[in-house]
Amino acid sequence: MSMNEFKPKIVAFCCNWCSYAGADLAGNNRLSYPADVKIIRVPCSCRVNPMFILRAFQKGADGVIICGCHPGDCHYTSGNYYTRRRMALLFSMLDYLGIERERTRLEWVSAAEGAKFSQTMNEFVEAVTALGENKRLEDLRCKE
Amino acid sequence: MQRVGVFVCWCGSNIAATVDVKAVAEALKAEPGVVFSTDYQYMCSQAGQDMIKEAIREHQLTGVVICSCSPRMHEATFRKTAESAGINPYMVEIANIREQCSWVHKDIPTGTEKAIILGRAAIAKVSLNAPLTPGESPVTKRALVIGGGIAGIQTALDIADAGFPVDIVEKKPTIGGKMAQIDKTFPTLDCAACILTPKMVDVAQNDKIRIFSYSEVEAVSGFVGNFDVKIKKKARFVDETKCTGCGLCTEKCPQKKVPNDFNLGMDMKRAIYIPFAQAVPKVATIEADYCNMLKNGKCGVCAKVCTAGAIDYKQQDEIIEEKYGAIVVATGFNPISMEKFDEFAYNQSKDVITSLEFERLTNAAGPTAGKLLRPSDGKHPETIVFVQCVGSRCDACNEKGKEYCSKICCMYTAKHAMLTRDKYPDTDVYVFYIDVRTPGKNFDEFYRRAVEEYGVHYIKGMVGKILPEGDKLKVRASDLIENKQINIDADLVVLAAAIEPDKSARPLATMLTASMDTNDFFTEAHPKLRPVESPTAGVFLSGACQGPKDIPETVSQAGAAASKVIGLLAKDKLLGNPCVAGSDEMMCNGCSSCERVCPYGAISYLDKEFRMPDRTTKVRRVAQVNEAVCQGCGACTVACPSGAMDLKGFKNNQILAEVDAICR
Repeated sequence: MSMNEFKPKIVAFCCNWCSYAGADLAGNNRLSYPADVKIIRVPCSCRVNPMFILRAFQKGADGVIICGCHPGDCHYTSGNYYTRRRMALLFSMLDYLGIERERTRLEWVSAAEGAKFSQTMNEFVEAVTALGENKRLEDLRCKE
Repeated sequence: MQRVGVFVCWCGSNIAATVDVKAVAEALKAEPGVVFSTDYQYMCSQAGQDMIKEAIREHQLTGVVICSCSPRMHEATFRKTAESAGINPYMVEIANIREQCSWVHKDIPTGTEKAIILGRAAIAKVSLNAPLTPGESPVTKRALVIGGGIAGIQTALDIADAGFPVDIVEKKPTIGGKMAQIDKTFPTLDCAACILTPKMVDVAQNDKIRIFSYSEVEAVSGFVGNFDVKIKKKARFVDETKCTGCGLCTEKCPQKKVPNDFNLGMDMKRAIYIPFAQAVPKVATIEADYCNMLKNGKCGVCAKVCTAGAIDYKQQDEIIEEKYGAIVVATGFNPISMEKFDEFAYNQSKDVITSLEFERLTNAAGPTAGKLLRPSDGKHPETIVFVQCVGSRCDACNEKGKEYCSKICCMYTAKHAMLTRDKYPDTDVYVFYIDVRTPGKNFDEFYRRAVEEYGVHYIKGMVGKILPEGDKLKVRASDLIENKQINIDADLVVLAAAIEPDKSARPLATMLTASMDTNDFFTEAHPKLRPVESPTAGVFLSGACQGPKDIPETVSQAGAAASKVIGLLAKDKLLGNPCVAGSDEMMCNGCSSCERVCPYGAISYLDKEFRMPDRTTKVRRVAQVNEAVCQGCGACTVACPSGAMDLKGFKNNQILAEVDAICR
């Protein structure tokens, strides 16, 4: 399979209050980004259990991005700080497991930043595409 | 097993143009649990909703997936539809195939493929949904208005008029805001004070309204209907209940060298002062940094002359705690600082002023008693140059200014030019502009009068540099229509400075968890359909804190915000968010991890008896979630080491099912 044909599977966890609305704004403004990105809505980035990310990689996701409110702007006052710490830990563990660091990302995107959302997704998809398919954690037993 | 119905919306051509909706509906039929799948032009229309209801009854659906616009748009609509067909409203899931699919992907195969995957994820989630019932919470029937300018005043008056108590918190010693500093208002040229001060008096006399002047909001907690707010009443060293506002102290105070911020520092006030004659509350305030008595204990003149005995040098800041059902933000604006605009010589010459300073110069209660005199030498200026868009409509890369149009400058500059020519017909008045924007009722007529009747010279072009030379200001500018350089020797230059949100807005937004845009203007819940509500429930927006506005717009938005507040306070109970955390007692080991991360203190512990297999009982400590306090962030679900804590509506297995469906 040539690199040009490779379409990565990307899961994006988006906070309902900021980046999910930011993605809606990107849509309103028709700011395109690759269709490889599929968004899962969560009430807060701190709802994202590291288990969800591991499961995504296990099921064959090539990249996972978590988007939350800017530090200080969390709708629930402190959720994004928990996310920041948890993800720092998880990402270093994934790194240790051999999942390239570029396959995971934590970004702050506000409800007003449609352009940033689109730009972030474009960059992320490009980075993951360059890495190619993720096979490290894929559990062959999950294959149908 | 859930019986799921799938409804794919065309949204006219919004979705159908880049997503093959029929193929999506067909593909999703094959998903587990789906017993019915269809498409329709407009699902949100009455006919579309009727179709959903009909299908729910006919196919005994237990779960509904709508593939349509963002859930932020119509989730509530479709939940109501489901409820009216007899199923729990929380058995509805939305696949966002418009904002996050058809609008951002340009070709049909790509859009269709993604829409199918998003639909699949929603089906996987809804299959694990459980009926939810929201809890009820009471409503505190009192509103808080933050900011006492015309926006806050109008909001408070309208809420009080409906019979609800309102508190205004104003950081300055008096309400009135920017409008109190303005001389005349466009396009009618009626005097700002004449229309504002009666409203200020109405506020003071209204027994439903309390004013906390010289006060700031210190902390906000709680949620819609039940906010707990701490207000810091700063020490003004005058007992408000005793002061009669006679003003004797402000005449006798020996400290005369205090910059008068009401006149933007163009003249001096005393260390004890009343900002202006019509101030509300009309109470003196001591400027602590300048008062000799407070600084070194030597003076006490004001206390001696005060017949009411209102002076209290030992007064301390006071914290007031109050409960509110709704909060209105009306923090307003300020002109931006001219510090960075060296080319206009604002820091080099006293005769380069901002438009707000010009307002004070022409105001009868201002530093020159309304005579238009140069700040440097008190002479009458013969040539005045107005520069528009100073800091407005700057390039994104231009660090000095703002990208947006400040909206009010074109009109007030026309007003200034007109008033100048009216009072002093011998004065030459030039206005440099990029565009003249007059999209309001009677606005363009007003601007044309300035040009045609009052002979104001409007020149399209920007001023490049202003050089103070002798007692003149050499204005170097370009005329873009004549395509030539222009040099004008001006006596006074007035800069129409861009406006920006008040500096207090950012920390306030953090306290309220209300969102802001990149310019620090508060974001509205929907730019068209919910313009006066913040996305945070119970927080409303009034006036220029939401974006640049003139007075009529501010007043109408203030009334709109008030009507939203009244609608909220008129309810006796609010339905809460049922998507709250819950702990599985059998799995909980009472470790307190969840309690430590909960931002709301919603988790407590209970010693509970459990029956063991050998028929003995054992007491264990287990977590209990207070559903009325839980806001549903989910922080606890991740902190829980035993997986006992889960979030209703966003359960672990639901999100995992979505992940699986996307990665399949």
